[in-house]
Amino acid sequence: MSVLIFADQFQGKIKKAAQEAVQYGAKIAQQLGTTATAIVLGEVDNAELAALGNYGATKVLHVADAKFNDADAGVSAKTVVEAASKEGSKVVIFSHNFSGRAIAPRVAAKLKAGFVAGAIELPDTGSGFVVKKNVFSGKAFAKVNITSDIKVISLLPNTFAVEQGASTAQVEAFAPAVSDADFKVKVIKTETISGEVPLTEAEIVVSGGRGLKGPENWGLVEDLAKALGAATACSRPVSDSDWRPHHEHVGQTGLTIRPNLYIAIGISGAIQHLAGVNGSKVIVVINKDPEAPFFKAADYGIVGDAFEVVPKITEAVKKLKSGS
Amino acid sequence: MKILVCISKTPDTTAKIAFTDNNTKFSEAGVQFIINPYDEWYALVRALELKETLGGTVHLITVGGADTEPIIRKALALGGDEAIRINADSHDSYYIAAQIAEHAKNESYDLILTGKETIDYNGSSIGGMVAELLDLPYVSIAAKLDVNGQTATLNREIEGGEEVVEVSLPLVVSSQKGMAEQRIPNMKGIMAARTKPLKVVEPAAVDTLTEVVGFELPPAKAGVKLIDPNNPEELVKLLHEQAKAF
Repeated sequence: MSVLIFADQFQGKIKKAAQEAVQYGAKIAQQLGTTATAIVLGEVDNAELAALGNYGATKVLHVADAKFNDADAGVSAKTVVEAASKEGSKVVIFSHNFSGRAIAPRVAAKLKAGFVAGAIELPDTGSGFVVKKNVFSGKAFAKVNITSDIKVISLLPNTFAVEQGASTAQVEAFAPAVSDADFKVKVIKTETISGEVPLTEAEIVVSGGRGLKGPENWGLVEDLAKALGAATACSRPVSDSDWRPHHEHVGQTGLTIRPNLYIAIGISGAIQHLAGVNGSKVIVVINKDPEAPFFKAADYGIVGDAFEVVPKITEAVKKLKSGS
Repeated sequence: MKILVCISKTPDTTAKIAFTDNNTKFSEAGVQFIINPYDEWYALVRALELKETLGGTVHLITVGGADTEPIIRKALALGGDEAIRINADSHDSYYIAAQIAEHAKNESYDLILTGKETIDYNGSSIGGMVAELLDLPYVSIAAKLDVNGQTATLNREIEGGEEVVEVSLPLVVSSQKGMAEQRIPNMKGIMAARTKPLKVVEPAAVDTLTEVVGFELPPAKAGVKLIDPNNPEELVKLLHEQAKAF
């Protein structure tokens, strides 16, 4: 009966989005009067697995076979479905990150389970099983009732603050009935952006737009990001003109992010850009054009020249951080 | 190559989002509808490029009422060969995927392409569900797709990086930016689209597993607090002490 949570790992580390998903699943388990079981595929240290107890998992099913390190959506889904059946799970949780988006729909189809992708609240079990999610690219929310017996939900990353408890989960080896033929997608190369927080998991994001005039001025964004311990992002024109790589592009055709703090420098705030960032808790806009539409969506704003204002902000942040 | 592209009708990216009927229905008043951009710009255009280099046919499928026909005609004008409209209106991803799978199961497609998500319901589920229902491999959120004989090579985005993967056809792929560039239909295409086959098929009996019970708009922002550009230190203080944002 336990709530099953797919906790994904990347190169042996459990992702923050996965910890958040475990915490979410554990809270649903509490609502339903049951326990939370996480499932992890691929090589991960036992201590790292047991630490999922900190986020509310009672048990961790671990498929330690190295073949699963980068298992494709099909074989991962097959494994999760087998685990769900072993646990008798009626609720299966994923993070709505890249791996969740690949695997969760397959699991839902296989279990014939209603699926809500990108949930932003705990389900309301008062009447039915109603989950709130983002729709229209963050411009509205929908309440969706899942009417099937088994339910699959993916949680939008950075929706809840991750709180760390002090419990240890019991780790149990799990060997699903899959064969070599089930591994259909072969990974031939993985390129990682080393040493950086994934944008979708970053607490603070500093983002730059066309107002920065050229790639030679990107240091402005990077310096402030560094001072704040933030990730950097950009608007579509900046990635389209190759000042910055596409994986930093936030907006409707790029990434959707929900940091605690989003600082937009020289971005006018077209509706397509807002779609990618409007879930941010606090939005700061720095733009010399007082008519920039972004100010309407902002919590704090400075109408001014970024080249003068931003270095002062960076200095003030450094000063504050060194003092505290 | 026989390719199926799944397309969806969505409100234009700049449409005003409002609801009627006690917040249970999307208000279509004054809204212009388009092909979901990920379906059109990336999935459909890449399918057409593959057809142009490797030969073959591109079929289109949508699950929707007669009001989806203008967007189907546009997709045909861009170069799709024929279209199938499953005559049903649903927002449940399982229902939609099952209808597509029902059509595809006897057609032996080499490739089934979708956009990475629709810009209205943001479900990003159809590709994965169709793949599961047809027991095919699935590569999600691909930014590049090449086909060489029976092998597809794809770049797909992962957390904090990118993977290059190889997989044998047939295959289901969800597409994002990078895979192709938007095209504008030309007059010849628009004329040809008028007479291309558009088959209307009644839906198979499939259960609906979710239902939208209501919509909400986000709470209005309190309004921006403007800070003197000569005193940006004030911003840092407010972010730290008032907003507790860092």
